Amino acid sequence: MNYFPDEVLEHVFDFITSHKDRNSVSLVCKSWYKIERYSRQRVFIGNCYSISPERLIARFPGLKSLTLKGKPHFADFNLVPHDWGGFVYPWIKALAKSRIGLEELRLKRMVVSDESLELLSKSFVNFKSLVLVSCEGFTTDGLAAIAANCRFLRELDLQENEVDDHRGHWLSCFPESCTSLISLNFACLRGEVNLGALERLVSRSPNLKSLRLNRAVPLDTLQKLLMRAPQLVDLGIGSYVHDPFSEAYNKLKIAIQRCKSIRSLSGFLEVAPHCMSAIYPICGNLTFLNLSYAPGLHGNKLMKLIQHCRKLQRLWILDCIGDKGLGVVALTCKELQELRVFPSDPFEAENAAVTEEGLVLVSAGCPKLNSLLYFCQQMTNAALITVAKNCPNFIRFRLCILDPMKPDPVTNQPLDEGFGAIVQSCKGLKRLSLSGHLTDQVFLYIGMYAEQLEMLSIAFAANSDKGMLYVLNGCKKLRKLEIRDCPFGDAALLEDVGKYETMRSLWMSSCEVTLGGCKSVAEKMPSLNVEIIDESEQMEFNLDDKQKVDKMYLYRTLVGHRKDAPEYVWIL
Amino acid sequence: MSPPLLGVEEEVQSSVSSPSVECISENGMGLKERNYLGLSDCSSVDSSGVSSNLNLKATELRLGLPGSQSPERETELCLLNLGKLDEKPLFPLLPSKDGICSSSQKNVVTGNKRGFSDTMDGFSEVKGYVYTEKSWMFHEAGSDSESPQSVGHGKYPGNSGVNVILSTRSPGVQACVKQDEPANVLQEQPRATNGTSLKQTVISNNTTGAPAAKAQVVGWPPIRPFRTKTLAASSKNNDEVDGKPRPGALFVKVSMDGAPYLRKVDLRTYSTYQELSSALEKMFSCFTLGQCGSHGAAGKETLSESRLKDLLHGSEYVVTYKDKDGDWMLVGDVPWE
Repeated sequence: MNYFPDEVLEHVFDFITSHKDRNSVSLVCKSWYKIERYSRQRVFIGNCYSISPERLIARFPGLKSLTLKGKPHFADFNLVPHDWGGFVYPWIKALAKSRIGLEELRLKRMVVSDESLELLSKSFVNFKSLVLVSCEGFTTDGLAAIAANCRFLRELDLQENEVDDHRGHWLSCFPESCTSLISLNFACLRGEVNLGALERLVSRSPNLKSLRLNRAVPLDTLQKLLMRAPQLVDLGIGSYVHDPFSEAYNKLKIAIQRCKSIRSLSGFLEVAPHCMSAIYPICGNLTFLNLSYAPGLHGNKLMKLIQHCRKLQRLWILDCIGDKGLGVVALTCKELQELRVFPSDPFEAENAAVTEEGLVLVSAGCPKLNSLLYFCQQMTNAALITVAKNCPNFIRFRLCILDPMKPDPVTNQPLDEGFGAIVQSCKGLKRLSLSGHLTDQVFLYIGMYAEQLEMLSIAFAANSDKGMLYVLNGCKKLRKLEIRDCPFGDAALLEDVGKYETMRSLWMSSCEVTLGGCKSVAEKMPSLNVEIIDESEQMEFNLDDKQKVDKMYLYRTLVGHRKDAPEYVWIL
Repeated sequence: MSPPLLGVEEEVQSSVSSPSVECISENGMGLKERNYLGLSDCSSVDSSGVSSNLNLKATELRLGLPGSQSPERETELCLLNLGKLDEKPLFPLLPSKDGICSSSQKNVVTGNKRGFSDTMDGFSEVKGYVYTEKSWMFHEAGSDSESPQSVGHGKYPGNSGVNVILSTRSPGVQACVKQDEPANVLQEQPRATNGTSLKQTVISNNTTGAPAAKAQVVGWPPIRPFRTKTLAASSKNNDEVDGKPRPGALFVKVSMDGAPYLRKVDLRTYSTYQELSSALEKMFSCFTLGQCGSHGAAGKETLSESRLKDLLHGSEYVVTYKDKDGDWMLVGDVPWE
């Protein structure tokens, strides 16, 4: 390999795009490390506290695209207090000071302030793409700064963020000279937008491929936008409410028919089901359909819509589709790879309209299924075994039985065998979320069979430490383990502390681990940050090692304790 | 009237160890006393009108969620002329059977940072929460773990929407139960308010002194708050948008004492007792015009809401309903859901 000049190697490395592969390349030898680091343009940091911005900048001077993730996954479910951390500002500040020509920033579960957005917008001349997923802390003023200052902005993608909507004029802040937009997604904004500005913006963006509107955009504006952007590939409809006999609706029908490129459809935040027939012409080309925010669409109208979508690969839906509806999906969507069924009434377990039957139907009809998120009322071992047989290709399998700890209602047995069948059959399984009544046995199966497993989420399961031990011992590729309300204690935690260095993070809440156990981990593994999150301030006054820890989050890091932790976070 | 009521109150108090049970327990906690405001008076004041309007079919009042209704089950809301309403303290909160209870704290999740396991100290075995087939519930510390058995394990005839009341009512709440967690972001249902202008005091069943009993586990089911908030907003809008009745429209017969015909209302279109009573007022306003006039005020004024309210809810008319035991119950005690 020394025979090749660096430029050639660089050129070869250009073809290596996956982060894992590039990481591997950099480990081969010193010269490869050097070449790789100078040529690397995209960096993914799964835990923003594992490394510092300074070290990032030092190693990858050619950085153009940065992906950062902040809070642990369980923060999505209110298990992590609000201001725990995950601030992006220090990163932007450090990057701004450097010579890095940042072009793309993708953040997930981070706290983003208007200040950071403004600094971002002013610091990087070629900034092109901002993607924020499940972030918070900013307002539409920050968006206005991005719109106004990023002259070559191509992508502004806001997914499920908590944005303080000042109902401002942020859309109007895009200058007339901005014609480079390819993707604009503001579906999560709750406030009004300047419709005229939106229309003008779309008119002058000939490259616009993805447009996701929020609830405030009415049907007639939608029609105008579609007339101006028939090249759209991805459309998110905001409000879809109109009188089916009106002129605007007729115009919409015409407009939609012109949009022959649409492959992805979402939104319908407000929907009048009797207007859905206008959508039928484009259904036949859809590969992604997201109706998970459209509770107004159900029953026959929903069925009819789905029956038009023969090429669907990804379907996100509410459980009001029912088992029967899933049967229709099974008959129609033979190309289906990903299915997500969300609960329309999450806190009423008995109202969940889907059961194991729907899942079995889909598994039988859609053999390409490889990714599942399924909220249901109940599940049986028999069904899981059948699903495992029908679909051995699962990469992601996330099952949430709304009533936790619920056993198989037919046999009254725990669901160990069912999940065991899944992990045994699906050799490529990377992500698994369990629910229902589960004993240590299921973890034995997971440890034995889930060789590729990278992320495991456990809640209300197991009988003893053995469960956790099976997993830690067996799953060699485990990266993220998150556990809540399981009887795992210090014995399991301390069995193999070295393992945690091979993982990104471990979350344990409402388990049996004690303060002493956590301290022990921290002592033995200086390369880990062991955080105790305790808002009740019990920890301050009662430093008894035997005390159980409510929430523990530990992660590997190269930069030691973080300095921005709030008072109730105690880093051991 | 007081002694019997007190008797009932005591019984209510003493059996509140797991508040969830009362609602559903079918046996008496001595609630057979049926010392309702309306009943005895009603018969004495205007029995003829009342009895002719009574539908003596055994009916249940169901305030459950969609799908839990069978069409033939209707309850009548009877507007009775009750006269001396003010003097009567209210009767027991807890209707005898299921169907009427609903949790006013279904979705207390946010704001409770300690997770349910903290409340479970003192339980052995199963982490202490009550697992039922229906919905999640918490017990106050100290309640037995076998009490859940009486919590309607599938005993409701298809009434899937019933949630159990937890002890979330603070003492001294007037008329209606109020909900303690106004800022609950996970709450989808509209809130029950201190709707009616009835001025009786309510016997609180929250006597265990644990005001913030959780109905849900923190962080379960694992759904992002963004999603639940958005869905809640969507549902509300769709109700307005869709002209047809939503599935599970809950139509209930309403009769007014002395009116020549009955009306029907969809309980689903209201979110508080206040709304319901205003709507009923409007519906029956034509029949009260006579009385309005007799008060001597100008016609327009008398038709203003406040006046009518006084008429309908002051001492003249009360909204009551007949529950499935056939007992006349005063509307407003149970949380709106």
